[in-house]
Amino acid sequence: MKADSAAADAIITRISGPVLHARTRRSFQINEAVLVGGQRLLGEVIRIKGDEAVVQVYEDTTGLRPGTPLNGTGAPLSVRLGPGLLGNIFDGLLRPLTGQGSYVQPGVDQGHDQREFSFTPTVKPGEHVLAGAIIGTVACPDARPQHCLVPPSCQGEVISIVEAGEYSDRYTVCVLGGESGKTREIAMSHRWPVRQPRPVAARIPVEGPLFTGQRILDSIFPLACGGRAAMPGGFGTGKTILQETLAKWCDADVIIYVGCGERGNEMASVLEEFPALEDPRTGRRLMERTVIIANTSNMPVSARESSIYTAVTVAEFFRDQGMRVALMADSTSRWAEALREISGRLGELPGEAGYPAYLSSRLADFYERAAHVRTLNGQPGSLSIIGAVSPPSADFSEPVTTHTKRYVRSFWALDTGRAQARFYPAIHPLQSYSQDIDVLSQFWSQNGNPEWPEQRRRFLGLLEEQARLDRMARIVGKDALPPRQQHVLLCAELINEAFLRQSAFSEVDRYCSAARQMAMLKLLSYFIDKSEQAVAVQISVEDINTLNVMRRLRRMGEDIGNGELEKFDELRVTLDIELAQLTRRMASDAG
Amino acid sequence: MRADIQVRNAVTRLEGPLLFLRRSVDAGLNEAVEVEDSLGRIRLGRIAALDDDTLTIEVLESTAGLTLADTRVRFLGEPLHFDVGPDILGRMFDGVGRVIDGGPPVSAVRSLRIDGHAINPAARAMPSDFIETGISTIDLMNSLVRGQKLPVFSGAGLPHDRLAIQIAHQAYIRDSAAGDFAMVFVAIGVPFDTAEYFRSAMEDSGALAHTSLFLNLASDSSTQRLLCPRFALTAAEYLAFVEGRHVLVVMTDMTNYCEALREVSASHGEVPGRKGFPGYMYSDLATLYERAGSLRDGSGSLTQVPILTMPSDDITHPIPDLTGYITEGQIVLDRELDRAGVYPPVKVLPSLSRLMKDGTGEGFTDADHPALSNQLYAAYARAVHVRVLASVVGRDGLSAVDQQFLDFGDRFEEELITQDSARTLEQSMSIGWQLLQTLPMSELHRLSDRQIEAHIKVRESP
Repeated sequence: MKADSAAADAIITRISGPVLHARTRRSFQINEAVLVGGQRLLGEVIRIKGDEAVVQVYEDTTGLRPGTPLNGTGAPLSVRLGPGLLGNIFDGLLRPLTGQGSYVQPGVDQGHDQREFSFTPTVKPGEHVLAGAIIGTVACPDARPQHCLVPPSCQGEVISIVEAGEYSDRYTVCVLGGESGKTREIAMSHRWPVRQPRPVAARIPVEGPLFTGQRILDSIFPLACGGRAAMPGGFGTGKTILQETLAKWCDADVIIYVGCGERGNEMASVLEEFPALEDPRTGRRLMERTVIIANTSNMPVSARESSIYTAVTVAEFFRDQGMRVALMADSTSRWAEALREISGRLGELPGEAGYPAYLSSRLADFYERAAHVRTLNGQPGSLSIIGAVSPPSADFSEPVTTHTKRYVRSFWALDTGRAQARFYPAIHPLQSYSQDIDVLSQFWSQNGNPEWPEQRRRFLGLLEEQARLDRMARIVGKDALPPRQQHVLLCAELINEAFLRQSAFSEVDRYCSAARQMAMLKLLSYFIDKSEQAVAVQISVEDINTLNVMRRLRRMGEDIGNGELEKFDELRVTLDIELAQLTRRMASDAG
Repeated sequence: MRADIQVRNAVTRLEGPLLFLRRSVDAGLNEAVEVEDSLGRIRLGRIAALDDDTLTIEVLESTAGLTLADTRVRFLGEPLHFDVGPDILGRMFDGVGRVIDGGPPVSAVRSLRIDGHAINPAARAMPSDFIETGISTIDLMNSLVRGQKLPVFSGAGLPHDRLAIQIAHQAYIRDSAAGDFAMVFVAIGVPFDTAEYFRSAMEDSGALAHTSLFLNLASDSSTQRLLCPRFALTAAEYLAFVEGRHVLVVMTDMTNYCEALREVSASHGEVPGRKGFPGYMYSDLATLYERAGSLRDGSGSLTQVPILTMPSDDITHPIPDLTGYITEGQIVLDRELDRAGVYPPVKVLPSLSRLMKDGTGEGFTDADHPALSNQLYAAYARAVHVRVLASVVGRDGLSAVDQQFLDFGDRFEEELITQDSARTLEQSMSIGWQLLQTLPMSELHRLSDRQIEAHIKVRESP
């Protein structure tokens, strides 16, 4: 270490935790990536003053000392984007975690991907290609097909391109000639700085939903494709299960799942489960469309801060290939805490709850990278972000939740009371919202349900009234309520039990197709109408509740699968018959 | 590479737990030191910060009695390590891994860093081996699996120690046949009698020979409380991942650990967060709890049952709050149940085991176990809701069905939660089915027709 310190770009002068100060010998840029010491620990320049640079190190700094040399890389913190990402697990700096032994060892580059990918060119020499253009398709045995793009920073005439064949991701597959006669070599992978959003041709308004197969989301609080959602919830309310469920069943082409400061066993469970599950649309393994980025809670804190940017950069890379990408971030609170911790070490003035004053703008930067776009090569692509928030003491008035709320369009509040009754997903219907209802109602009318906005409003109206009546029932007793109000309570309870509850572990119910959601919505609306009429002719709500069909209705989610929609019609007939019998019985009793 | 360099008369300043030295030795960050005062007493410390001229040492014990002139500092040239070997079982250590049972030192086969590297998430095996604890509210409702970290959220004066002993005892019975059971008991700032209770209970059950005890008693240095679980977990990791045993780590009381963390943080002059606890407490606790688990290429497992006492029984206090965000569930004890004479006083609704889904059901326990637990939860939640209603309008103001739920709630507490002796899972499940039988079948929405047919109807027409 002593020997190469003479040639080093800088020498450490002071060190405390993950932050170190160094005397520089050449000029550094802010956010430049640096390699520290003999272990080549990765760090980033975060402040420059005269010949002193402040560096944040992403790894365990044990053993570093004044006099240790560090070298700049000349570029901001970047990651290598390429075909080897899909189906694999990486750390917060996009270094592969598979095949790295049982413990995470510090140090850069434990060897790179040696695999070869099958490349098929789609352009010919002599063609002029623009930045972001597709020059070939890439196939990989354990991942979905991908495209090979011209990196956003270059364009020109194709001078040469390889034949179809197997190449490593760093092999030059294409050479471009620029206007000044300079050539650019293009491989299947290229590096990109994580903090810089990748360029697009244009942002376009959102159109359809990111369909998730979860009733309470798609039918009540939908998320637009290219939209932003947040799910705050105290511990044990099912954030992670919901994130995993979305990662499994939403209709995106590529899933980026980032475990930011969360549990190692959860990552293990994703790694165990995803390769065994099948995508209901493509029939391929779910893992083939998934990239996992893991910075568990015991891995270095500063890499936790960068893991979010790494993830969103990877997501943009797939978006630029014209895919629908969904990014699940669990949890953004841990990321905010990492910001707070680093800010504290730098001696910055703390803002609300100790978070730095720039928390809000960082959150905005992150969520704004979600978009529905026209890519540089003209195709539509989208990136949807779903962030989990872990508010301390489940108090939604804390800074991360309140700031997040300002930037997301779908807000799914997870409720402790529901979770404790094992009512999942524990999304509270009265505290959650979605701002894209008008745009998304088109999706439902195209699927044959133009009444969706009306049904949705009615359900929410009933649930709201239930909350009010429940308070009243606590004072006067349920039996003292007039029949109409008892009817509201019955309907609201049925909506909760039959529609909003959906088991993520039931093979039948974990994914609910759009057609099934519509059938259930219609059947429940029908029940509300019919029972309302019955109550109007003096039939008691309690009698309706004891009908045999009620149990069938409450369990229809778990009993009737996506391929058995005719059973909903049968259920409706049963309902008619039982109601008619009840009406006759009441009439004869009265007579 | 164990360096051994001593420095004398280099101390320039003493401030709280921090010792400032003129930098005359080439030592690296986080490396361990021994600080010796004029009377020859040795304290452990670590290098907390370095610059060109100064070296800052954080002394991990009380600094009382240190002087500028006569303090000697010995540099160990590496971070704190713990020498472990197979004969750490059956032994007793203090908070920094020194033998205190009067026996000979342990013969070390490995020297491991006490704040070991993070387990590679890709190398973790999915925990899925069900541990039968004999306690219905855990086995049936919140199952524990090997490699899980499941804390007990308790309050001062509640019988959490007895519960922990029961879990340990049961795990011992299960694994000792294979000869691969080991237990690590970590006392963090607890009174002597609590530590002695554990020791004698382990002795009675015959498990003491399979147990390592790490004792940081209430009377010991509070800074050592931060080291005690790290030494103990290093020993546990050795037993689990080197020797391939199933290790159960009981840590009590994590609240004392967090208090010590706050104390040390304050003495460093750090910006305090919620209730004065440092902002990094989440990450710090995670470095302990995340050491639980099992590996793909190892046969052992490390299961943690940390116990913490919630300050004024407040579950939103930062200590239980942050713990709950890291651990895989929690078992919450309740004062009201305890006062009513219910043992174990497990408050079922806020209790949770996140890994239950991976270790129960078809192929693990009973195919209908998850559905039964789910239905019991839903029914008991409704019973608790009805109870609130009944407290205002009275029992007579309730509908007939609600009255049935009210009775169900009482019987659930009397018959399922309360227990004098260990139950097998089958026994617990059978009580569960019996209880559900008291409810109208039309209200059991979480059970399928087949499950009702197989378990409820059968019992009704004997």
